[in-house]
Amino acid sequence: MKPFRILKNNIKDAFKSVFRNFSLSIASISCISITLALVAVAMLLTVNVEKFTSDIEKDVTIVVSIERETTEEEIQNLKAQIEEFENIDTIKFISNEEIKKSMSKESDELANILGQYNNETNPLLNEYEVKVKDVETIGKTAKKIKELEHVYSVKYGEGMVEQLVKIFNIVKKVMYTIVIALGVVTLFLISNTIKITINNRQRQIEIERLVGASNSYIKRPYFFEGIILGFLGSLLPILISCWGYIFLYEKLDGVLFTSVITLVNPDKVLLMISIALMIIGTVVGAFASYHAVRRYLKI
Amino acid sequence: MNLIEVNNVYKQYKNGITALSDINLSIAKGDFVFIIGQTASGKSTLIKLLYRQEKPTKGEVYVGGINVAKLRNSKVYKIRRKIGVVYQDYKLLPNMTVFENVAFALEIFGLKRSEIRERTMQALEVVGLKDKFRSMPDKLSGGEQQRVSIARAIVNNPRILICDEPTGNLDPKTSLEIMEIIDKINKDGTTVIMATHDKDIVNKYQKRVVTLEKGILVKDTPKGGYTK
Repeated sequence: MKPFRILKNNIKDAFKSVFRNFSLSIASISCISITLALVAVAMLLTVNVEKFTSDIEKDVTIVVSIERETTEEEIQNLKAQIEEFENIDTIKFISNEEIKKSMSKESDELANILGQYNNETNPLLNEYEVKVKDVETIGKTAKKIKELEHVYSVKYGEGMVEQLVKIFNIVKKVMYTIVIALGVVTLFLISNTIKITINNRQRQIEIERLVGASNSYIKRPYFFEGIILGFLGSLLPILISCWGYIFLYEKLDGVLFTSVITLVNPDKVLLMISIALMIIGTVVGAFASYHAVRRYLKI
Repeated sequence: MNLIEVNNVYKQYKNGITALSDINLSIAKGDFVFIIGQTASGKSTLIKLLYRQEKPTKGEVYVGGINVAKLRNSKVYKIRRKIGVVYQDYKLLPNMTVFENVAFALEIFGLKRSEIRERTMQALEVVGLKDKFRSMPDKLSGGEQQRVSIARAIVNNPRILICDEPTGNLDPKTSLEIMEIIDKINKDGTTVIMATHDKDIVNKYQKRVVTLEKGILVKDTPKGGYTK
């Protein structure tokens, strides 16, 4: 029972210490809150940029036009051949009739022109709409499809797609760098604030050592105190990011500028970010204080 | 083996000052020893070696059979639990009550609340501060703060009580009150080692006196007074 009683004392001491050193605790909690709020903003931005890019990437399609005289069986064979390529995600057949219908909807002028043709005389070609898994190698996949028999033409927005992929990759890299840099800054800020809190209790640690407290007995309350400070410090940024993001999401109706760019659903992202903030706060808090107190255990 | 054995101990600080030279000293269980000397004679260094706040440069320091000179930092607590230390500056925690300051020395053992309460109040009774257990240290006089420090030192029933100039900051009347308490603790069986340069106290109590001069043990009198 003794170890449990000692542990209970350590946890109780940690709580007492948070309240007794109230102003320093508030300073630590505020510092943790500010840095974690920045981390939360960076995380939300990254998650959304990630979604924009993947949404747009998903929209990139290879349009495979099929030669006019191709039979039903040959069309099926072509599908099977395309599906065999590694990079293929989905493949969808669109008949020239369907294309005619959708084009007719775009403008009256087009509808008039296309209306002159019946099923037999439809000048449009049947198509396969192919979506790829990796947009970066879309060019290679398109080239392979182009070489297949009964393929009249292959279009995927050559040049533009590559450009887009390049830009997205740069944006992602910048976002990751910002998140990592903020993470490092957070580590330093939190651990330094907690160090200042502990430096003020140098005398207490010295006396604890002198009356015969073991190093682990002295360190444990600080470890728990770090957890408490980190946890409390993470609450405000969690509340702010949850409230702020839901507010923004509802205000913008879930889309940014155009319906192509949709925001990540709050249900999906906020729980994950809240847990991440809580873990960062408590783990960094605990280890920063545990590490800081070690300096004073050499008396 | 005696309770405390100091054999051929030298202490030289990093700045080159030699604080102790070839010190040999034996203290038996139940002894009361005054360690006297001028400022910078090495009294405090000798005392600090006993509770391992300092390590000797050379030599052995046995306390209760353990060579504290060889004790690792992480194991120092083992020896400190056997020793009660009273400091000139009391070393009380200002944000804890009198009770908490004393009880702290027991909490580290993981004792039951009721036992901690009982033993803390007993220690406070010995020093005559039972009725001030709720006070904060800054509300107490110097003498009262030193009594709290003594209560904390003895609450764990240590075999040895080390006092480093315990009356250094107190007026003569309060000093004598403190000495009465320390003397009683010694009479109850605890070995007391006390560094002081208070002539009146040393002369009044007529205990064993070890005299240091410039880091050298120059005299060891079984029942002496304060002599140069």
